[in-house]
Amino acid sequence: MQEALRFLSPDAEPVDRADFIEQARLAWRSSEAPSRGLPLTIRGLRKSFGDNEVLRGIDLHIPAGQFVAIVGRSGCGKSTLLRLIAGLESIDAGTISFGQETRPEDVRVMFQEPRLLPWARVLSNVEVGLGRERASPDAQARAERALAEVGLDDKRGQWPAVLSGGQKQRVALARALVSDPRILAFDEPLGALDALTRISMQRLLERVWRDQAFTAILVTHDVSEAVALADRVLVIENGRIAHDIHVDIPRPRRRGSADLAALEGSILRELLQSVDEPPDL
Amino acid sequence: MSSVESLPRVRGLRLPHADGLIQWIVPLAIVLIWQIACETGLVPARVLPAPSDVALAGWKLLLSGELARNIWVSFWRAATGFVIGGSIGFAFGLANGLSQLSNKLTDTTLQMVRNVPHLALIPLVILWFGIDESAKLFLVALGVFFPIYLNTLHGVRSVDPQLIEMGRIYGMSDGELFRRVIFPGALPSIFVGVRFALGIMWLTLIVAETIAASSGLGYMAMQAREFMQIDVVVLSILIYALLGKLADSVARVLERLTLSWHPAFQKH
Repeated sequence: MQEALRFLSPDAEPVDRADFIEQARLAWRSSEAPSRGLPLTIRGLRKSFGDNEVLRGIDLHIPAGQFVAIVGRSGCGKSTLLRLIAGLESIDAGTISFGQETRPEDVRVMFQEPRLLPWARVLSNVEVGLGRERASPDAQARAERALAEVGLDDKRGQWPAVLSGGQKQRVALARALVSDPRILAFDEPLGALDALTRISMQRLLERVWRDQAFTAILVTHDVSEAVALADRVLVIENGRIAHDIHVDIPRPRRRGSADLAALEGSILRELLQSVDEPPDL
Repeated sequence: MSSVESLPRVRGLRLPHADGLIQWIVPLAIVLIWQIACETGLVPARVLPAPSDVALAGWKLLLSGELARNIWVSFWRAATGFVIGGSIGFAFGLANGLSQLSNKLTDTTLQMVRNVPHLALIPLVILWFGIDESAKLFLVALGVFFPIYLNTLHGVRSVDPQLIEMGRIYGMSDGELFRRVIFPGALPSIFVGVRFALGIMWLTLIVAETIAASSGLGYMAMQAREFMQIDVVVLSILIYALLGKLADSVARVLERLTLSWHPAFQKH
């Protein structure tokens, strides 16, 4: 109510108005039918590369539609966990189950690099994401819809080489979204972007997650990104889940708010404590 | 943005069609200087005939039909040999780039053969085929094979593995992966091979025709030497230069058509 009153007052900033609409949409969203995302259950998951045991027994349940962020130091196994979930690596021991029958198009990954085909125009790059449904008659219409979703419908005929880094990543997001996935795994998707582009991409990720209601798994080394976006933050240390933190801060979250900063600080402390470095740091 | 775009470009004069003409200024100047040097007696006609004399010799040969016949014969040999050697090189390049087994099986052998200068095989080829057409085709095909093989192999190997992984994730079949990811990725490198091969194609053909032929441009030049017709000899050399340039231009056009996505081939 307070939000609404502020919006009505004449000297309110336009930002507040956008926030207000967002809030209304969120309220509408939460009253809707349950998520169409897939739940994910992992039991006793292990993975080694040679002598190096990267994952040492991961047990995890992610309910349908949850936004989970996985953070950890580099080499902690977070990317390996994501690649195993996406089926890009073979499992040494343990199980990953989605609770029901899945199509290959249900699980999609977005990487740090956009991985666009440089010799295909933007629209056909998005069509690649349709997988086996590429040949269907509505393929082009679906690709156009996905491009509009990420705000790039005017770039459909361009070569990827002329796009900026952020735009390429948005095309990659459209390609991941076009098959209406039920789990979307992000492997540091914003790692190579500049600070401002990152923030607008984070908003975009949050929006599409809310609109399309998939289960989101975000691997990131940026703790502030994790707490800003996720319902739940998993901290991985030495191949195990060391902390499982629920982020109860209501959305939309204000970047730089005290709640977020406090949570980010406590997670960073956990991460730093585990370092085998002299205590006087 | 738009106001910046509309500012006049100050990057020198831009005459229409000037780009196409500018490359011919230097060759034309050389011909001009050559003509003047011959007219003034600076270069004796026995050493180098004037361009006008060469043109006259060309005109006479053209009227007799001999020139067109010889150019056609040489062109046919070059094209056929190129297609044969190029296709085999392309096939081996793909096979060895895509299959470890094929690579282990054949690459060492091919590398050994590559280190034999193919023109060193001329005596052997004459013994095998005589001065038959097949001798020239064999040599051209052999010469063209290696640049295309090596560059196709390199192109296939250098396709970004992240793109291949992406293609697999998005459910591309092997055929689709080849058509949409591997082949387009290898194409820039394949074109480098094609342009190398075109150079080797002419070189091989000239040598083969001067040594073992009874028709073609190389034969025409060798016969002219017998009769001391230096103008015809020079004419043949100039025709080789023009044909070489023509082949390269065709390759460039193809390159521009198929690699329009590549930043290096984008106009702006």
